[in-house]
Amino acid sequence: MKEHIVIIGNGISGVTAARHIRKLSDKKITIVSAETEYFFSRTALMYIYMGHMKFEHTQPYENWFWKKNRIDLKKGYVSNIDTDAKTLHFAEGDSLKYDKLIIATGSKPNKFGWPGQDLEGVMGMYHKQDLENLEKHAPNKEVCKRAVIVGGGLIGIELAEMLNSRSIPVTFLVREDSFWNGVLPSGESEMINRHIKNHHIDLRLGMNLKEIKSDENGKVKSIIIQETGEEIECNVVGLTAGVSPNIDFIKDSNIETGRGVKVNRYLETNIPDVYAIGDCAEQHEGINGRRPIEAVWYTGRMMGETLAQTICGNKIQYNPGHWFNSAKFMDIEYQTYGWVFANPRENEAHFHWKHEDDTKCITICYDTTTNAFLGINTFGIRMRHETFDTWLTEKRDVDYVINHLSEANFDPEFYSHYEADILLAYNKQLQTA
Amino acid sequence: MSNKINHSMSLAKPDALDITNKQKIALAIGIIGLLILTLALFNTDFPNKGLFLTLALGLISGGIIIYSREAYLSKLEGIKNDGVWFKSISSRGTWGWIVGVILTAFYIILYFFPKYLGLGTDGAENTGLISLFDPLSKLLSGRPASQWFVYGTLYTVAILAFGYKFILKYRHNRYQQLRTGSVMFFQLGFAFLIPEFMYVMNNDLPYYDLKSVWPLNYYIFDEWSVNGFLSNGNIGLALILFGIISIFVITPILTYKYGKRWYCSWVCGCGGLAETAGDSFRQLSSKKMSAWKLERWLIHTVLVFSVVMTVAMIYTYLGYDKNDFWLTRGVFISLVIGFLTLVFAGVMYFKRQELGKDAKYGAIGFFVVIALLLIMHFTGTTNQIFYIKSGALRSAYGLYIGSIFSGVIGTGFYPILGSRSWCRFGCPMAAILGFQQRLFSKFRITTNGGQCISCGNCSNSCEMGIDVRAYAQKGENIVRSSCVGCGICSAVCPRGVLKLENDSMEGRINPTEVLLGNDVDLMDLVNKK
Repeated sequence: MKEHIVIIGNGISGVTAARHIRKLSDKKITIVSAETEYFFSRTALMYIYMGHMKFEHTQPYENWFWKKNRIDLKKGYVSNIDTDAKTLHFAEGDSLKYDKLIIATGSKPNKFGWPGQDLEGVMGMYHKQDLENLEKHAPNKEVCKRAVIVGGGLIGIELAEMLNSRSIPVTFLVREDSFWNGVLPSGESEMINRHIKNHHIDLRLGMNLKEIKSDENGKVKSIIIQETGEEIECNVVGLTAGVSPNIDFIKDSNIETGRGVKVNRYLETNIPDVYAIGDCAEQHEGINGRRPIEAVWYTGRMMGETLAQTICGNKIQYNPGHWFNSAKFMDIEYQTYGWVFANPRENEAHFHWKHEDDTKCITICYDTTTNAFLGINTFGIRMRHETFDTWLTEKRDVDYVINHLSEANFDPEFYSHYEADILLAYNKQLQTA
Repeated sequence: MSNKINHSMSLAKPDALDITNKQKIALAIGIIGLLILTLALFNTDFPNKGLFLTLALGLISGGIIIYSREAYLSKLEGIKNDGVWFKSISSRGTWGWIVGVILTAFYIILYFFPKYLGLGTDGAENTGLISLFDPLSKLLSGRPASQWFVYGTLYTVAILAFGYKFILKYRHNRYQQLRTGSVMFFQLGFAFLIPEFMYVMNNDLPYYDLKSVWPLNYYIFDEWSVNGFLSNGNIGLALILFGIISIFVITPILTYKYGKRWYCSWVCGCGGLAETAGDSFRQLSSKKMSAWKLERWLIHTVLVFSVVMTVAMIYTYLGYDKNDFWLTRGVFISLVIGFLTLVFAGVMYFKRQELGKDAKYGAIGFFVVIALLLIMHFTGTTNQIFYIKSGALRSAYGLYIGSIFSGVIGTGFYPILGSRSWCRFGCPMAAILGFQQRLFSKFRITTNGGQCISCGNCSNSCEMGIDVRAYAQKGENIVRSSCVGCGICSAVCPRGVLKLENDSMEGRINPTEVLLGNDVDLMDLVNKK
């Protein structure tokens, strides 16, 4: 009989693993999901609410794809895993035997025990069900007179943009004193603050949620701010204070867990033939300065690519290359290559340039002793991944990077170029420094 | 209203946002303009036609301009697709169907029943809608309007007014602005004004829109057209030579350097309308694999049809007077077969590997054409070709392809099939340019390493129905015959993944299994295996 690979979770990690296993082998593959029948792109949920796309457009593969590639799809909620009998038990009552198991269950929104956090109208923005919930409670500005978002990260600002697209007034509570400044250097973070306000979003920096108040029907009525005690009436509360691995159903099994499912560099858990990939996997220690848990789209994909090799007989370590990422803050695109921390670490310095229109800026981090280029954050200017990946591998110094910045430009044709301006600012800074 | 909760839980159809009061006024202004045209259509005899025509066109344009300024200038620069799939008109809702039916009906009347638009036949005065346009036509060329003049004027107004809207919509994107400025210029100048002025200078010359290249301009080599040009001395000869050079010299060079976009989304009138007035419908094109398969069969069939039709047509009239011209039927058919063979052999020699199993279809297509031409040569008589009357092929092409496919379906079905169904499924010019773009061009859409998040904005906004995401999420450049290089996929990408580029041919097509960002050794192992 063919070896049966069962994958829990039909997100990018699980689906990538399945696709690559299929390319490399003839094994029997089953993907289990409780969320949706078919793979969809979670990152696109916001565009459905905004009316840019319909749900079907977020599905990267047509529905015939799975049968054609002999990937079985099972809709069901795994309630527990019996690793001794190599069997999954479903909440629906049935069970499924596996030879090898891949856990790829992703994340769930964080809740920090706020009073009222489970009221009707309180939601994260992660699952398809969250979107359905939002559609129900915030279809328009008449039903939802105001929404409050708690947590200033990437999902928080996306949720703000979503609600804004339907003219629903938004109050945005951010714990930090500037948006996402645990990650972004201050110049960038402050530019985004201004951009958020330009979109008429009520941005409250340095504010925490104290409690969510209920009306007589168990629905959200208002929230109280910790710092000021101010009560803000609202119909929807979005909880977007980060995510954590979605692994509650594993806690009773023999599989070792920390915050996530503990895995080694081969993405193996402590139990033979059980693997974990994507947002729910936790490395024993971070790789190349990365965090042990990386809830990023592309790392999930890369773990899937890697694990497929291991499962198909070419045992290989998960070994991500140079850090990169991207996001979009309302109208401002953001990309990062290499490491730029919010504050320069020891022997590090930042060069920051900002365009006068206040929607474009870059920050370059370099080593003050060796002058080595360490990373770049870019806002409103697209850069070429391949070029920066090469420069980081070649350990170019910061002068080289600044002088060759135009080679990395990835903006559409006919866009204005800012390299000369950036070089000028850089030289000026050296003179004054 | 305020207590209405959308219980449908539908992810597709919540309430669309209301338009502002200013936009409502703008709509009203535009509708009054259309009303004047409608009244004219129903034979209202306006006293001062020039005034009412100006009023009608002015109100329509003004309405569109005010509406778009309110829609875009009140917001920060950026992607403006909010609610596209909620609005009835742009998501195949009731308004979409109504507009589709009106447009389709207009095209049917225009092509087949122009008398209902008021065309005066046998020297009679125009009436109705067409007579309303008489003053403008007389001003430009001194002759009364025809149904084509009415159509051309409305077409130009649509490209200009909706072009303005598009420029505002993408006011952060200079590629979009320049491209739109270009189609507006070519429509107004080359398609509308210059042919009128050419008529003034020399009224024997056939109508010639200089930017319209054979085989899109399938009538340029018609007998009446060629005779028209040739009987007008040097200028006529120059024009017909320009027509030949356009397709055999200018087109290949520009397509090699810039891809087919130089024509399809910078110059072409059909493309111009699709990019401006059709912009709201771009997301309606089908991205299914089955649609792509249909596209490949359909567009190449039309190409074969148009080549055979044109050759047959020229062949027919070459037969009349074979003695006074070096180009005899035999020479002509040999030249055509020789040229096609040269192209075919060249492709097979240089690009056999790239084509893969498509090479087989290409070969079949080639031999079908050659066989048809030979059959034509050896069975054709003075009056008959393929045992049918020689003009029948040309008439059939004009009717089914020129009118029904490109006009009635191509434009009439905008709100149903999306804005480029003619360009995608039918246009033989697009087929030729696409063939070259796929095989011999520096153009591609580059994918930015591992940054793609598979969101699908690119595929959704592709008017040509290309599943852009399928390439982007594999880290693979997009090199597709059908891509018209409109650049909207690149514009809407939230992660800066796509860039239209002209670069070297080497490494242009880069199939990858494992994307940039993963382990370098693994990438080497998997991608280069």
